[in-house]
Amino acid sequence: MQKLTTREDLERMANTIRKDIIAMLVEAGSGHSAGPLDLADIATALYFNVLNTSPDKKHDPDRDRLHISCGHTAPVWYAVLARAGYFPVEELKTLRKLGTRLQGHVDRLTTPGIESSAASLGQGLGIACGAAYAGKINNQTYQTYALLSDGEHDEGSTWEAVAFAGHYKLAHLTAIIDRNNIQIDGPTESVMRKENFKEKYEAFGWHVIEIDGHNFEEIISACNEAKAIVEQPVCIIAHTIAGKGVDFMEYQYQWHGNPPNKEQAQEALKQLRSLGDKITPSDI
Amino acid sequence: MSNFSKDAHLSPSTLHKDVPMAATRDGYGIGVVETGKKDESVVVLCADLTESTRSQGFKDAFPNRFIEMGVAEQNMAVVATGLALNGKIPFVATYAVFSPGRNWDQIRISACYNEAHIIFIGAHAGISVGPDGATHQAMEDIALTRTLPGMTVLVPCDAEEARKAIHAAITAKGPVYIRLGRNATPKFTSENTPFAIGKAQIFREGTDVAIIGAGPIIHSALVAAAELEKQGISCEVINMPSIKPIDHDAIEKAAKKCKAIVTVEEHQIMGGVGSAIAEVVAQTVPVPIEFVGMHNSFGESGTPDELLKKYRMDAPAIEAAVKKVIKRK
Repeated sequence: MQKLTTREDLERMANTIRKDIIAMLVEAGSGHSAGPLDLADIATALYFNVLNTSPDKKHDPDRDRLHISCGHTAPVWYAVLARAGYFPVEELKTLRKLGTRLQGHVDRLTTPGIESSAASLGQGLGIACGAAYAGKINNQTYQTYALLSDGEHDEGSTWEAVAFAGHYKLAHLTAIIDRNNIQIDGPTESVMRKENFKEKYEAFGWHVIEIDGHNFEEIISACNEAKAIVEQPVCIIAHTIAGKGVDFMEYQYQWHGNPPNKEQAQEALKQLRSLGDKITPSDI
Repeated sequence: MSNFSKDAHLSPSTLHKDVPMAATRDGYGIGVVETGKKDESVVVLCADLTESTRSQGFKDAFPNRFIEMGVAEQNMAVVATGLALNGKIPFVATYAVFSPGRNWDQIRISACYNEAHIIFIGAHAGISVGPDGATHQAMEDIALTRTLPGMTVLVPCDAEEARKAIHAAITAKGPVYIRLGRNATPKFTSENTPFAIGKAQIFREGTDVAIIGAGPIIHSALVAAAELEKQGISCEVINMPSIKPIDHDAIEKAAKKCKAIVTVEEHQIMGGVGSAIAEVVAQTVPVPIEFVGMHNSFGESGTPDELLKKYRMDAPAIEAAVKKVIKRK
């Protein structure tokens, strides 16, 4: 798997991922748009730069692990895994269809590269804690990442895991929060107050870094900083724009759980193409 | 004279007053240390109940492989999943009312959907928890775990069988639930009593009614069978510690032989051991069944014996059920 190191290459790949997401969702006829689109930059940075993993390292005990907690963001992970060579890109069009390896929510048993199945919110961080704790027992130094939504911080179980990681000073554990400010019923702060994330995590013993989740330099540098901190777990609060890249979806909570129709998909792809991408979009 | 099946290798003192007593949780405590010595991937997670779940011995023997979770059963199930997906064999120990009671969703999605090999220890199950009352008496845990795809469900009848269940569980695949009791109950099986996941054992031969069930109540079934024999009723007693997978053949044979069944369990009759047996009977040899267990009710404070008597889960209740089912043959 080729590591992408320039901002231009990373942005180009993220743009391809966004087009894949739109194409998958319109083909599937159901699924989540906003979260996958806003995670495209973080997912690209992780798989094409940060993570020490690849299709031929799937079972390597020393690989880095990513545990996705918000399983509904599946389309972005499928697109990234396909583009990283875990399975054929053509398979993306099978999303959510009977017999597919690409289930509506991430499933480790069917999709190559997915480390753990998830969707019922509030569980991925705990799984990541277990993975990090196993590394601690074995004296391994692989890095474990958990990808959480902001909305799932309503779940008490999320905070049980936050407390656990802080209590055991779990090193080599990085939680990334997709702070896109929306959830199904509306803006996060109107559904259930979340703030102050930073102070809450710090109170539980975490080191917290806040970044622009669409800025590759910030994403990669925060992940590197997190790796260097070995006394405590690290939380990266990634501020993102829900539906990033498609203007009529941006900031709109209504796009949390809906796919575009054909006309909307055409408009979305037109906008993404006009962002200056030079890679021929895959025709999936 | 007791008609015990020779193959069962039950203790000669099974029906005597001097039968040794031990809680099934004690069998776990011994078994988990034994497995910990054999396999260093075994780890134990406990939610602030280390002594009463009998996890203390493991903690003392292997402090680096014991993880205190605090009172956080949901996180305990998911952390165990992360450990299991990374080569550990986690035991998750707390009271059954909390696990699977509180963390059923985490067990369903994190443990079962990931096919994680985790052994869930549901301690203090059944009404014989006693004075703590209804809040702490898990009467629904078998139903909760039995419905989960891929889950193995084991209900040992005494401390020795619990110890064997621990050993069997670490060689199983996927998640396993093992139900344990708080109270000291007769330790009447022996080292030679067979135990295998998916297998039932005939503890006592008989012809008129087959009493089938799981847990320490099986001892009460043997007591009831001895009493009924004096009244001219011949009962077969089948111990069915493996609720899932269940021993279809043993149930079918018993239904054919006795043509009437009484199921016994310290659990709600809805969804529990009796339901699992009835599912097999209905599809193979439909014969009348009477269900001994909890009938859509919460428990209350009291001594174990008082509660088992009041809620009809003791030997006299089993005798009455046998007489009732015979009339329906």
